[in-house]
Amino acid sequence: MAQPLVKKDDDRDDEAEYSPFLGIEKGAVLQEARVFNDPQLDPRRCSQVITKLLYLLNQGESFTKVEATEVFFAVTKLFQSRDIGLRRMVYLMIKELSPSADEVIIVTSSLMKDMNSKTDMYRANAIRVLCRITDGTLLTQIERYLKQAIVDKNPVVASAALVSGIHLLQTNPEIVKRWSNEVQEAVQSRAALVQFHALALLHQIRQNDRLAVSKLVTSLTRGTVRSPLAQCLLIRYTSQVIRESGSTQTGDRPFYDFLEGCLRHKAEMVIFEAARAITELNGVTSRELTPAITVLQLFLSSSKPVLRFAAVRTLNKVAMTHPMAVTNCNIDMESLISDQNRSIATLAITTLLKTGNESSVDRLMKQITNFMSDIADEFKIVVVEAIRSLCLKFPLKYRSLMNFLSNILREEGGFEYKKAIVDSIVILIRDIPDAKESGLLHLCEFIEDCEFTYLSTQILHFLGIEGPKTSDPSKYIRYIYNRVHLENATVRASAVSTLAKFGALVDSLKPRIFVLLRRCLFDSDDEVRDRATLYINTLGGDGSVVETDKDVKDFLFGSLDLPLVNLETSLKTYEPSEEPFDINSVPKEIKSQPLAEKKAPGKKPTGLGAPPAAPLSTVDAYEKLLSSIPEFANFGKLFKSSAPVELTEAETEYSVNAVKHIFDSNVVFQYNCTNTIPDQLLENVTVIVDSSEAEEFAEVLSKPMRSLPYDTPGQTFVAFEKPEGVPAVGKFSNMLKFIVKEVDPTTGETEDDGVEDEYQLEDLEVVAADYMLKVGVSNFRNAWESMGDDFERVDEYGLGPRESLAEAVNAVINLLGMQPCEGTEAVPNNSRSHTCLLSGVYIGNVRVLARISFGVDGPKDVAMKLAVRSEDEGVSDAIHEIVASG
Amino acid sequence: MARESCPTVKNILLLDSEGKRVAVKYYSDDWPTNSAKLAFEKSVFTKTLKSNARVEAEIAMFENNIVIYKFVQDLHFFVTGGDDENELILATVLQGFFDAVALLLRNTVDKREALENLDLILLCLDEIVDGGMILETDSSVIAGKVATHSMDADAPLSEQTITQAWATAREHLTRTLLK
Repeated sequence: MAQPLVKKDDDRDDEAEYSPFLGIEKGAVLQEARVFNDPQLDPRRCSQVITKLLYLLNQGESFTKVEATEVFFAVTKLFQSRDIGLRRMVYLMIKELSPSADEVIIVTSSLMKDMNSKTDMYRANAIRVLCRITDGTLLTQIERYLKQAIVDKNPVVASAALVSGIHLLQTNPEIVKRWSNEVQEAVQSRAALVQFHALALLHQIRQNDRLAVSKLVTSLTRGTVRSPLAQCLLIRYTSQVIRESGSTQTGDRPFYDFLEGCLRHKAEMVIFEAARAITELNGVTSRELTPAITVLQLFLSSSKPVLRFAAVRTLNKVAMTHPMAVTNCNIDMESLISDQNRSIATLAITTLLKTGNESSVDRLMKQITNFMSDIADEFKIVVVEAIRSLCLKFPLKYRSLMNFLSNILREEGGFEYKKAIVDSIVILIRDIPDAKESGLLHLCEFIEDCEFTYLSTQILHFLGIEGPKTSDPSKYIRYIYNRVHLENATVRASAVSTLAKFGALVDSLKPRIFVLLRRCLFDSDDEVRDRATLYINTLGGDGSVVETDKDVKDFLFGSLDLPLVNLETSLKTYEPSEEPFDINSVPKEIKSQPLAEKKAPGKKPTGLGAPPAAPLSTVDAYEKLLSSIPEFANFGKLFKSSAPVELTEAETEYSVNAVKHIFDSNVVFQYNCTNTIPDQLLENVTVIVDSSEAEEFAEVLSKPMRSLPYDTPGQTFVAFEKPEGVPAVGKFSNMLKFIVKEVDPTTGETEDDGVEDEYQLEDLEVVAADYMLKVGVSNFRNAWESMGDDFERVDEYGLGPRESLAEAVNAVINLLGMQPCEGTEAVPNNSRSHTCLLSGVYIGNVRVLARISFGVDGPKDVAMKLAVRSEDEGVSDAIHEIVASG
Repeated sequence: MARESCPTVKNILLLDSEGKRVAVKYYSDDWPTNSAKLAFEKSVFTKTLKSNARVEAEIAMFENNIVIYKFVQDLHFFVTGGDDENELILATVLQGFFDAVALLLRNTVDKREALENLDLILLCLDEIVDGGMILETDSSVIAGKVATHSMDADAPLSEQTITQAWATAREHLTRTLLK
């Protein structure tokens, strides 16, 4: 075995790196595998061949189906040999080949024999192999042996059975659950790892039974757990129990003493697990935190990088919610800035940025400047983001922070890094008025020498919006016009647009802008020339100092309140004809954004962020479906379709959900029905709707479904009339009515006679939110200001006791049915106040914006201040009414 | 990964000084294809190359994973887990693998020796983690399990070397017991 697997032709590579597998080739090794069939087996040679096969697989080589089958059958022959070493390699090989079900049968008896062998190693390994390759039917045959193995006195055998049980629980839970008595016994095992594996399995068997888990934790936290790994598990289960018990009662938290006790355990992994668990307790108090922070602080000065990393990463998280608790560690943190391991250094820096106070900012910035030059871009981004939030926390310090950002902006760096810096500067400009002028100038200087077209165009766009509002707009013109000379066509085009915006907003600059725009008419690029022509004409042509029309301003600055995807699809379907393209025919609905990805919680809105644009196939699909039904043709344009509302429980005989389609003076309910009974065919399916609790609605027609075969979804519709443009609400009770016919499942023939039957569905409600389209805006503040406060309505509401701030925010968003903007639907953990920005279009195509400030008042009470702006007084009032009545 | 669940290992890698595979084992579906695996190995290898992980294990984060690594001679050992995992548990797994390999290769731990005893390395991986679940972390127990197999074998294998390995394993065991 230690003998090298010699290749014959290795005489010429004395210089080259030596490897026993040099020049190895799949075909040749497969040939060699024929030795498995020799009547006189040579175990050593066979082992070598298996090692070569495993080497090939490990290097990423794959076997064809035929090759794998051949190798598998050859390997099964090796069960004849009594050589233990060879047998181990055979086990490995079988696991790697993952044989198909009919192949498994071949080795089952050999493996079952090994499972009952006297050699512990055979038993343990055979169990693992068999459980890896087995399926449910075979499992029942070997179940008896596995139960025995779990309580085997050899710990290796017991662990093998328990770990296999953990894997099998995924595929055959009902069988594994029958082993809980044995597993329970194994939890008491004296062997450390058996206890660990048994505990893991027992918890997984019982994880849906909260009471049982709680009992398990209670008994084990009192007893002794030998293995550190098992202790870590117990800490995890304990935190789960604490979390689920809720923290309604005041006073001492159950099991906190246990967690605190674990901080004095002798194994570092247990200490750390406990410290981390304490920092993650819901609503942890500073008294509870203190002992955990103390042990983490000790870890910070450990000689082991892993320990330092673990500690600083946890403290970094704590600093987000409890910065004060971490300040004690600041001195240790500062020494970590020079840590060899840059991940540790970065975490230390960002933690310090979170815990630092106003006076320490300047000193920190000095340290960071030295540090920035020798870390990778990905770490720099983290630091930039931390600095951005620091600046928002201490606006008075904007000068030094802005300087820092502009300095690093000038240094080398990749796109993502530069983008993070630019985004940060933009956010600072937006949120700190004093920083505006200097920030804009930094950006101007940056685009003088910027290699990223995307960033240049984004900055030019931003300059066009913010620049004209500054005290001396003319000083930016030079930077912008330089772009027209020096850059590629894309940047030139956006520079032209930016110039036009200056011209439109600053009347005194208009003549000079005109001169510049005229020069652009001779540009080599179509787009640049087109834009210049367009702007010269819209701005008024003669280049005199005149006031710009409101329409022109709207055109230049108003946001396009259409999802671009929708516009694109509409333009694609438009066929050139006499009729011009009507932009109002583009659907405005955007699908609600999936909540911010879990990977990046609390992601800040990016400064230049594009508006959320999600693909919109469902709306189009509904529109197509409805327009294909002649009865609905005269209802006009579809305003909105709701998300499907389930009207039945999951897994019932008939599954029905409903979509509400809102038209100007009609509402159509679309019932999507699925028949889940294989031997039934439903015919003449309708929904009988009782609208007695919806006074303003009158049923106009019902469109039944001819037949509903098994497992093929179908739709039936009911249409109502309602007063035009009025957001009428109401509750509808529904009854599914149909004729049932038996189907012979074998022949598929349907009986002629059917029985009439009914099926009660849940109620459907039309609510105010159904009259609101989720339409986002890219820059809420701009939209808010351009809307003006003519029809602003402000009022305050108490929402009463709520589970959490996030829950209250969500409830209000859902109630209004509006699109949250700039990521404000996400509420950071443990915050006491939150501002949410919403945007939408109300029925009648009235744009509505809402700014809601939430605050926690007292222990659980949530109060909010709602400010609504819209283009119509009545609508602003209507929004308040929704909240008041909701 | 839900925090209640078990500590899980996503992969164990043993690469050479050029980042080529000596032996690797993946337990997670995060890298479904061989090319995805190779890409991960390459990025992990290049990003850790410059660090000094010869005395103490080092740690880094990649694509929402934690990687703990340690180098000896021309061999690079890596253990990867999810970003929620207890770093110290992963470090224990790495240390167990690292020390077990040292025992099995009789302290001459380099690429050549590892390839020549690839069967031992593969068995060693098999005894440390099973489908992502940690089986054993004590290096002497792991090495013992890998080495025992030829003790009572009737075949005339290179018995001497194995006996040596076993002896070293035992010696190590006594050392740890006496500590």
